Amino acid sequence: MADLAVQTDLTEARIASLTMPEGTWVAPLRADALARLRAMGLPQRRDEYWKYTRPDTLTQVEAPKAAVLKTDEAPVFDGVERLRIVFVDGVFDAEASDDLSLEGVTVERLAMADSDLHWAKNLYGVLETRGQTPVARPLAALNTAYATDGVLIHVTGKPSKPINLTYHHKSDSSDAILHHCIKLDEGAEVTILENGPAAARFNKVMEVEVADRASFHHIRAQGRDHERRAATHIFTRLGTESAFRSFTMTVNGVLTRNECVIELTGDDAIANVAGACVGDGDFLHDDTVFITHDAVNCESRQVFKKVLRNGATGVFQGKILVKAGAQKTDGYQISQSLLLDGDSQFLAKPELEIYADDVACSHGSTSGAIDEDAMFYLRSRGVPEGEATNLLTLAFLAEAVDEIHHEELREDMTARLAAWLTRHST
Amino acid sequence: MLSIKNLQVKLEDEDKQILKGVDLEVEAGKVHAIMGPNGSGKSTLSYVLSGKGGYEVTGGSAELEGVDLLDMEPEERAAAGLFLAFQYPVEIPGVGNMTFLRTAVNAQRKARGEEEMSAAEFLKVVRAKAKDLKIDADMLKRPVNMGFSGGEKKRNEILQMAMLEPKMCILDETDSGLDVDAMKLVAEGVNALRSEGRGFLVITHYQRLLDHIKPDVVHIMANGRIVKSGGPELALEVENNGYADILAEVV
Repeated sequence: MADLAVQTDLTEARIASLTMPEGTWVAPLRADALARLRAMGLPQRRDEYWKYTRPDTLTQVEAPKAAVLKTDEAPVFDGVERLRIVFVDGVFDAEASDDLSLEGVTVERLAMADSDLHWAKNLYGVLETRGQTPVARPLAALNTAYATDGVLIHVTGKPSKPINLTYHHKSDSSDAILHHCIKLDEGAEVTILENGPAAARFNKVMEVEVADRASFHHIRAQGRDHERRAATHIFTRLGTESAFRSFTMTVNGVLTRNECVIELTGDDAIANVAGACVGDGDFLHDDTVFITHDAVNCESRQVFKKVLRNGATGVFQGKILVKAGAQKTDGYQISQSLLLDGDSQFLAKPELEIYADDVACSHGSTSGAIDEDAMFYLRSRGVPEGEATNLLTLAFLAEAVDEIHHEELREDMTARLAAWLTRHST
Repeated sequence: MLSIKNLQVKLEDEDKQILKGVDLEVEAGKVHAIMGPNGSGKSTLSYVLSGKGGYEVTGGSAELEGVDLLDMEPEERAAAGLFLAFQYPVEIPGVGNMTFLRTAVNAQRKARGEEEMSAAEFLKVVRAKAKDLKIDADMLKRPVNMGFSGGEKKRNEILQMAMLEPKMCILDETDSGLDVDAMKLVAEGVNALRSEGRGFLVITHYQRLLDHIKPDVVHIMANGRIVKSGGPELALEVENNGYADILAEVV
């Protein structure tokens, strides 16, 4: 009982520190989310779902300080033709953003969407709520209740360029909460790019409704600031013959928890979620994925690769749930870590729960060092040890990066990872 | 070119002496062959010369053009001009063959203070050399040795040798796992590289490779030592009578 009292105090203290933004249609949805949050309570260290990642700094009232990284490196996606939407420490930056009009899509800000008949009424907090069972995700409910802004994207066609959400980090004590809703109509297609460290502490939810035969692509680069913290959630529901593809690159960050909750509810749908992360020293990266197969002949792939050194920690919790009747499911899950020294660790909990009898599901989770034979082979050809390590490390990450179905962006991500490895070479 | 004197080597983790005093001189422009029964130390010799871990040199020396090899890192030995064609070329998933070759060529050039090869120049050279070895564009694009047949792997070794242009080439049982046609192709590749300034050390179990790569000197290795040296006729003797006679004669 003592734990419960502590948890209630913690949750109430956090709630008291936040102000619920006003709104029309969104107000009751926020109130519902607050009720959900109170019922669940914020996560604690003893929660099974937070066994490997300490949630304290994500739930405490004040965001721990995080220095802003000074870098001369060109921002990610710089050369890509795109519609830019910029947030600075979670606050929309109109000057840095492009005009939000683009054919095939309507883009609005959550903070500005007042119409009481707004389409987002049927999406905001809806997929988040669905994602609360069987496992509670209180930080997502907190987000739905208190998000200060975000974008509402309704994709009706096939916009000619990607939409890029950029999150700048300027203040070392910023605490940002953003919530995005993306609705793809039947047959629609969109690519969403995200980049930047966002804030000292960032809580972000993205709800994505993918209608029949629609296709959603998502490529994200979480910023390089060393001390930043982030808890992000993606909730998505997929219709018949639709596709969802999401790739995340994470370099640095003292604490990152990326949750991805996917429901395949239409037959013949495809969901791919992948991540490549590199961490050095005070770094914890947690990929938590929950994929529910609730339709026939769907395919899901999870490919997560982590490179860890100098005491960095990697966490993977990935589950495939195949419901009764979800026959011909093809579920693939792989999570691997390359430990570049004996101080780093990888904690993995792959899970399969299957109630259909005609499915193919596989999962693999490994951690290991650089292959010595490959290393000697490269060195015997004149490649110095450091360069050989980087080459083999990039090769290890390639399987995840290859999940990006866009050549230019794939090459850019590879180049970024290579640059990080070169900077962090011993 | 390559000068090995009384080289003694044991396994690092075990009290097991493998090489018990090997003496060998390979002159520039010459092809030396080492033959010998299983476990005689032939492969160990090639690994120790190229710097593989797991061995401890307990005595003797090995020099390439007067420079101590044993004191150098594997990549430094490569840059100094030593090349080992592996008995079992390593598969490296995720690293493209072209990337691998270009990284190696340029790393060696850099180490020697030479200018790096441009992408265009490299492509031109590698395509021409690959063609001679019947290595197609697909093999160049694939990850290093991944999905290559035994013959393709060995041809890929020779391609690397051709690109890196080493001074001293060691071929460790390059004929193993090859059919007659593949062996001919590999041998042609090697012969094309024979030149005044380059030495070869060809390690093999069988005489048949030496029909295609004609050696100047043949050595018989047994129990960690070179026990007999002679001309090409020594290889034929082994082929006809096996090692037993020669070893009996020596002992």
